[in-house]
Amino acid sequence: MEGIDLGNAFAQSLSGLGVPADVARALWLPLPMIVILLTVTVGVIAAVWGERKWSGMMQQRWGPTIIGLGGSIQGAADGVKLLIKEDIIPIKADPWLFTLGPAIVIIPVFFSYLVIPFGQGLVLSDITIGIFFIIAVASISPIGALMAGYASNNKYALLGGLRAAAQSISYEIPLALSVLAIVMMSSSLSTVDIVEQQETLGLFSFFSWNIWRQPIGFVIFLISALAETERAPFDLPEAESELVAGHHTEYTGMKFALFYLSEYANLILASLIASVLFLGGWSFIVPLEPLAALFGIEAANPVFQVVNALVGISVTILKATFFVFLAILARWTLPRVRIDQLLDLGWKFLLPVSLFNLLLTAALVLLSNTLKTTLPLYLPLVIFVGLVFVAMSLQKRPAAKPTAARA
Amino acid sequence: MSMLETRAERMVINLGPHHPSMHGVLRLIVTLDGENVVDCVPVLGYLHRSMEKIAESRTIIQYLPYVTRWDYLATMFTEAITVNAPEQLAGVQVPRRARYLRVIMLELSRIASHLLWLGPFMADIGATSPFFYIFREREMIYDLFEAATGMRMMHNYFRVGGVAVDLPYGWVDKARDFCHYLPPKIDEYERLITNNPIFRGRVEGLGYIGREDAINWGLSGPMLRASAVNWDLRKVDHYEIYDELDWNVAWDTGGDTLARYVVRIQEMRESVKMIRQALDQLPGGPYENLEAQRLSGGPKSEWNGFDYQFIGKKSSPTFKMPRGEHYVRVEAPKGELGVYLIGDDSTFPWRWKIRPPGFINLAVLPKLVQGTKLADLMAILGSVDIIMGEVDR
Repeated sequence: MEGIDLGNAFAQSLSGLGVPADVARALWLPLPMIVILLTVTVGVIAAVWGERKWSGMMQQRWGPTIIGLGGSIQGAADGVKLLIKEDIIPIKADPWLFTLGPAIVIIPVFFSYLVIPFGQGLVLSDITIGIFFIIAVASISPIGALMAGYASNNKYALLGGLRAAAQSISYEIPLALSVLAIVMMSSSLSTVDIVEQQETLGLFSFFSWNIWRQPIGFVIFLISALAETERAPFDLPEAESELVAGHHTEYTGMKFALFYLSEYANLILASLIASVLFLGGWSFIVPLEPLAALFGIEAANPVFQVVNALVGISVTILKATFFVFLAILARWTLPRVRIDQLLDLGWKFLLPVSLFNLLLTAALVLLSNTLKTTLPLYLPLVIFVGLVFVAMSLQKRPAAKPTAARA
Repeated sequence: MSMLETRAERMVINLGPHHPSMHGVLRLIVTLDGENVVDCVPVLGYLHRSMEKIAESRTIIQYLPYVTRWDYLATMFTEAITVNAPEQLAGVQVPRRARYLRVIMLELSRIASHLLWLGPFMADIGATSPFFYIFREREMIYDLFEAATGMRMMHNYFRVGGVAVDLPYGWVDKARDFCHYLPPKIDEYERLITNNPIFRGRVEGLGYIGREDAINWGLSGPMLRASAVNWDLRKVDHYEIYDELDWNVAWDTGGDTLARYVVRIQEMRESVKMIRQALDQLPGGPYENLEAQRLSGGPKSEWNGFDYQFIGKKSSPTFKMPRGEHYVRVEAPKGELGVYLIGDDSTFPWRWKIRPPGFINLAVLPKLVQGTKLADLMAILGSVDIIMGEVDR
């Protein structure tokens, strides 16, 4: 089944108007970039609004209420405020690195959005190394944070930058390993292929979502992604109670806004990747194409294609919203871990477990290829449920009043 | 050209007085080796207001509005000690109703103080939400205070020989409602915090101080009781009417940050228990505003007698403190709050030495934080529970 090639469609429609093909191609080039910039910014504003509103609900307060409907464009107003704020470069800071830092933090995030599919063919560039590209590009960001921390000439900022670097390096490995297990099952690095591989069971594609085949990888991915995006409880680089604001202590105005933007853009990106890798991307609980086939609607039907694309986009966004919500819930519930606990968790727990998961997946993929059935791939689910069950039964029931027990 | 070399260079960072997690205006000069705390030197005095010297040129009634600025989160205790010291020096009798009112107010104030310890402590560890929950409960206590005293924080409620006014109509019922309301909320905090693995990982075994050390450093309050010392001045000194109530001293053998958390949570429960009993047993009788008694009694009033010599022409009622000196203490939420008072047969105290619990407890901080991580410094500092108003006075 062919997806919609947006670029070609655009070029063809322009050449229909008498524009030369090369010019049409050139005109197409900036469009995806603008689309990305706009979508990400709007997404960030929505995420900030969601975070403020949800945290407000959790803390028995209102959150923003005045600007826009229910304070919905508070984020935009804040952005405008930051844009017109005076840009201060501390006199003892290194002006070049200080300016470069936020840019290096944010640009990779925007790059990563290039390969996120929102639907069949609704991806800006379906490069064959999609998910590898994201991981490769994402590891540039900590350099920016380190740069900003170092250039600020501020001890808190330096500590924050160092923490950011240490944290990113530690959690990239389990993250990459858990993604690698998925890649192994899909035998493709392309994000589109990974989603399509999760639609293989026809009407029951819900059960071919990778979350059922890779529950261990899913948990590892969630924890590592939370750490990679430097969100609480892993927000050590900007731990307010220790480092004031970490590597962006000295930043104001637009440069600060870039850090802020990158934090939320990163969060949304991680949520999108999680939904692409584990929750079947754009596919609905019951995939629309087999459903349409049941009712005798052809896949090539233009109305169906439009509906399918719209459902795909909405479903992707909904799934991502779910992960964003999870991150916000964790942020406002959990205390922060300590730096050594964070590194221990990364190196001593997540890394071995993700290696084990990788080996297990490799063995099971081999087995299922030999047996010509996908059933062995569900073995990790059995293991995972078993482990959770054992852990829960081993855990001591917390006393009704723990203090009374200790006293 | 410079060479690359690996050298463990220590970094000295200045935490405070404007650091977001410094309580008030405490300043810590911390020597760091990477993330490890090598040493820490507290710098005090940013909130020094000569509280002791001010006392020497004020009568007790004139001084009372100042004292709530020592520990502005446990205000009732500062007032209590300010009236207890001259009362005991002069041997003033306090009627039973006034004692009960005092105990109710003190225990409410203790809950308020512990609540506002819990929030910032959790914020220091990185959990922001408890801060909002504790304010919800604390507001109710402050509403009760406002109804009884007219002020939320700076009550000016205690008087030598009693309290300023009696309770307004319906206050006792409202206080009972609060006693029903609070324990489930404390359970809620415990469900959210106590068994959270991250919280446990952060505080268990952290900032340990043993029984001997705790006594030798002169710690008091929850800091001492968390180190396996069953020492509560309410039981030890038998002041006010604490002996008439059925309650237990909250203490723990852990000696670590978790133990201090456990002790304070438990103390809140005990305080609710005490308030409930005090409300049930609340006797009638005078609440003992000395000035009102004197005015209503006319010139022949017994309060004009030798023991309580008012100087009636002054704007605020005063009484002469007899010659003599003594030390009076109460169990404040932070620990032993004491006053060493020297009377000189005058309306002004000759010397008014305050023993603030926070100041003494803070002294042990550099010992507790050595060898911990930078993040632990905040957790330990939070568990010490200091208020710079009383540390600097």
